[in-house]
Amino acid sequence: MSVHDATTKAALPAEAKNQFLHDAAEHVRDIDHRSFVRKALGGYYVTRDSQKAKYRDWEHARDAAALAKWSAVNRLDELLPLFVTNFEAGGGIVHFARDAQEARTIIVDLVRASNAKAIIKSKCMTTEEIHLNDALEKEGYVVVESDLGEFIQQLRGEPPYHFVFPCMHVRRGEISDLFQKHLGTEPTQSPEELTMIARRYMRQLYVDADVGITGANFLVAETGQISITENEGNARLTAALPRVHIALSGIEKVVASLADLAVLLPMLATAGTGQPMTCYNTLYSGPQKNDEPDGPREMHLVLLDNARTAILADPEQRDSLHCIRCGACLNVCPIFKNVGGFTYGTTYQGPIGSVITPHLRGLSDWNHLSSASSLCGACTDACPVRIDIHHHLLHNRRNAVRASPKRLEHIGHQLFAFVAARPWLFAAGGKLFRWSLGFLKKIRPPLLRQWLETRDLPPAPPKSFRQLWKERS
Amino acid sequence: MSVKASSAKDVVLARVREALQVPAPPPHLKSHDLQEAAGISNARPAGAVGTFKPLSIAPLDVARPWLPEGGQTPEERMHILCDNLKRLKAEFHRACHLQAAAELIFSIARERDWQRVAYHRHELVDPVASALHCATVCVGEPASFDKRALEQCDAGITACESLVAQTGSILVSSATCGGRSLSILPPVHIVIAHIDQIVATLEDALHDAKVRHAGRMPSMLSFITGPSRTGDIERILVLGAHGPKELIVVLVGESP
Repeated sequence: MSVHDATTKAALPAEAKNQFLHDAAEHVRDIDHRSFVRKALGGYYVTRDSQKAKYRDWEHARDAAALAKWSAVNRLDELLPLFVTNFEAGGGIVHFARDAQEARTIIVDLVRASNAKAIIKSKCMTTEEIHLNDALEKEGYVVVESDLGEFIQQLRGEPPYHFVFPCMHVRRGEISDLFQKHLGTEPTQSPEELTMIARRYMRQLYVDADVGITGANFLVAETGQISITENEGNARLTAALPRVHIALSGIEKVVASLADLAVLLPMLATAGTGQPMTCYNTLYSGPQKNDEPDGPREMHLVLLDNARTAILADPEQRDSLHCIRCGACLNVCPIFKNVGGFTYGTTYQGPIGSVITPHLRGLSDWNHLSSASSLCGACTDACPVRIDIHHHLLHNRRNAVRASPKRLEHIGHQLFAFVAARPWLFAAGGKLFRWSLGFLKKIRPPLLRQWLETRDLPPAPPKSFRQLWKERS
Repeated sequence: MSVKASSAKDVVLARVREALQVPAPPPHLKSHDLQEAAGISNARPAGAVGTFKPLSIAPLDVARPWLPEGGQTPEERMHILCDNLKRLKAEFHRACHLQAAAELIFSIARERDWQRVAYHRHELVDPVASALHCATVCVGEPASFDKRALEQCDAGITACESLVAQTGSILVSSATCGGRSLSILPPVHIVIAHIDQIVATLEDALHDAKVRHAGRMPSMLSFITGPSRTGDIERILVLGAHGPKELIVVLVGESP
């Protein structure tokens, strides 16, 4: 069950961009796929809006959530060491990892030291970011994803399509076939029965697993607890039954106090899925205590940097570390809905992924994502912690141009400025363009070819706007 | 390994300190008062770098009036809680005294022909468990904990720390509610609670937990909001993904 990650495809510069353009074109043509994804997200708007209406003022609540994250991220130098001290007081062990490689090594070593035979995992995007499953499988360990969507994606050999709804692009018939092939179950068209198949399959695995791996949504500095949000109960089981609990989290997940969760937990749920609260919001402060009946004997927390400090060092985009991974910006994004989740080729898809991926993996190779946006601002409006997402896409574009100036574009702009400043030249240029439209359609010059592939050029109007204006007056 | 780990810690913490030398502007907020408060905490004396003052106003204090209503009076809280539990598809019962709760659970267990039910020692749970017709498994001492036996149970009965009207959540802990597995492994989770345990908001529940466990937090505190669910298949809601398919809440006590 090796998960080949689309994110590893893009090894060479320009390859990521070409793959994006190719996959985007494919997906945009796939009307069935698009309408399926749109339908799946259609329900999201309804449930989210009805839950938002329960807030006495959603916009003010967003202010508070934004402040909670802003003040925590800007005090990370104080709060991160405080969190570590308090967490270790609860008996857990903290490991810092500078990058993905170091995090993988730490976790593989921990698994080896625990003599684990079976590993159960709950959904965690940070483990996707560091390709943990591949590393563990290479060492001969069997890792089972317990979240239903992640489990389906693991069986399909695909990364998550959407970082909150991993298999939202898969139809029930395909899931039935998949389960029939891998688990030998009877075909069924009922989502309920399909869910029960996964439930039954997973039960014994929870009981037998030696190591449970989870992520973390928040790290509470004041009390040294980690907070995990989920709906299925798989993370609860993963952190209850195995002997060893390993959690992986980015360093930016720190919040100052427990009280902050009274704002962030409901807002994460409402923005993410339209729920008042996700089903299970659990705080862990360490391994089982002497007077508690059960729980893991050991708890390890791996705190990952992996370029997060590079984002932190950029005051303009520091707020992209406020992200609580609710997925709201994906759900409302017209680009996401048209090109689909895989096209991005990143761990974090959609608008927020387009903002942070260039930082995590290099601006020159991933800047094209910042251009894949209509800058409509739907993402910024949807963000519960007020990240200025669509402006950051512009910032990325600016930074990319600064890093490697585009000469042709620059000449184009200068040419336009020259023409636009001379009305007679502008009029002559317009005339020439109207006259040549018909030719352009036939000749299809390389610069226009991509545009003309899916679009028709309109017939040229006989008169220019300036002529019409003159005639009116 | 330990040497390497500690050096990674030093490196990452040094990077964090270095990165925060330059202040970041506060987010654009709707509220002018807040914007001002944020501006003050971000203001630094000339030449002083990397000194971010904690906010003069706690985010929660700001949010409190805008979050969903939790109820001012016990009646309101009860009403909001019932309403939320219903919408979450949890089963909700009232019992005027513990004896009535025991009878209720007895009849549910009988009707569904439960063979084995797990519970933990607690003044609200003991009378209910001892009234059952079927075999019971008491989850208690760490030495005797048997996850395989618990997995075979038809239901788990627990107490809770509090019930949150605002969200319909039930707060359980590993210290006071039978550990980590009892409330998540069996297919039915029964919560026996007293009406005095209802609090208005998440804030109240978190605050109470902090006070109750002062200085020694249980290794797990979990807000349970309805039965386990998933929407992973075509975004269609299915109950009972991995945790309990049913959540039965029995509130003991006379009407507030």
